Amino acid sequence: MVTKLHLGVIALLLFLAGCQSNTASSSLYEQIGGQQTIDRIVDNFIRQIEYDPHIIEFFLESDIDRFRSKLSEHICAFSGGPCVYSGDSMQDVHAGMHITESDFNRTVDLLIDAMTEAGLSHPQQNKMLALFVPMRRQMIYR
Amino acid sequence: MKKLGLVSLAVTCLLADYALAGEGKLLATPGLTQIEGSGGGGLVPWATIAGYDSREQTSASVFSTSVSVDDYRLSAWGANIGLYDRVELSVARHTFDLTSLGGDISQTIVGAKVRLYGDVIYSDWPQLALGVQHKQLSDGSVARLVGANNSSQGTDWYLSATKIHLGAAGGYNLVWNLTARATKANQMGLLGYGGSHDDDYAIMLEGSAGVLLSRSLVLGIEYRQKPDNLGLGEQDWYDAFISYLPNKHVNITAAWADLGSIAGVRGQRGLYLSITGYLW
Repeated sequence: MVTKLHLGVIALLLFLAGCQSNTASSSLYEQIGGQQTIDRIVDNFIRQIEYDPHIIEFFLESDIDRFRSKLSEHICAFSGGPCVYSGDSMQDVHAGMHITESDFNRTVDLLIDAMTEAGLSHPQQNKMLALFVPMRRQMIYR
Repeated sequence: MKKLGLVSLAVTCLLADYALAGEGKLLATPGLTQIEGSGGGGLVPWATIAGYDSREQTSASVFSTSVSVDDYRLSAWGANIGLYDRVELSVARHTFDLTSLGGDISQTIVGAKVRLYGDVIYSDWPQLALGVQHKQLSDGSVARLVGANNSSQGTDWYLSATKIHLGAAGGYNLVWNLTARATKANQMGLLGYGGSHDDDYAIMLEGSAGVLLSRSLVLGIEYRQKPDNLGLGEQDWYDAFISYLPNKHVNITAAWADLGSIAGVRGQRGLYLSITGYLW
């Protein structure tokens, strides 16, 4: 039995080791298909927000065109693309919005749906989310 | 007792379907319900608060677990309340059938857990929690028979650290947990506390590691160190599990568990099945 479990552990490690290899060469930006895909993600994301009766509340006074172009630029810059983010800091953008933990996670779910719709694979979605994790503390309870 | 376990399983499924679960956490991030009723993996308690509550919410869940090994069968069921992703309160009932010898042993476990630090995904360091599990045997006759010093009740304390690493392994999310438990329990308390071999609290290490193959599928392994207070050759526990978490209302786990030697009967291995339903 212990041998069966050991086999399981080894299989798991091999699986993880196998996944490690083919990532370093190109940026996430290139892997997902560049600006075209990012624009699709952002469009899908905005549509998801429009259909969410709770999250839409946070955007009622937003300039959606500006949000579209700045978010697109932000994702491009953070995923290793040829852009420089020219928007406001995350603190400034989210100041006074009183975004809670649940609001934040709900919006993450919408972003995941938007990425799925844009054809990103599960690992690509995780890498994208990992890029934005450090920004959470600048967005919630402000 | 067996019937109660089945009824609770049915109720779990039913409620899981109709319930409005608190949904403040991301899918799969509360983990599962471990065998003693705390939020965790399968055999090991984790630092996660069991329900989908975030800082502004509460949650409630019910679970049912069955472990069938060669000469014994453990049925566990219970309930868990999560308060503001800070505190967890749990109650669980164990019925341990001695299928080869006849008879059964049962115990009730009351648990509490406080999250001390962090968020399993978003904080730089792992989420940390301190927990307690108080166990009361319904009938201590078997515990006395095998030589336990205390055949009525005991308390375990544990400190857990849990972390999910987004995209860490070629884009797949990894989860790990490490728990240190202070315990005097023999076989989780089913065979009482302490014995002729050792009657002091000992610190036991427990660990889990898993990979999220998708948003709803987790594959992992677990280890739980155990003391041998009775001198009957009690062994560490292992399992390899697969969990399916299709939505924020229910999750299902199947595992292959190796419980080693129990009350001198060696090689106790078998299937672990568990379901948790989230009521709100």
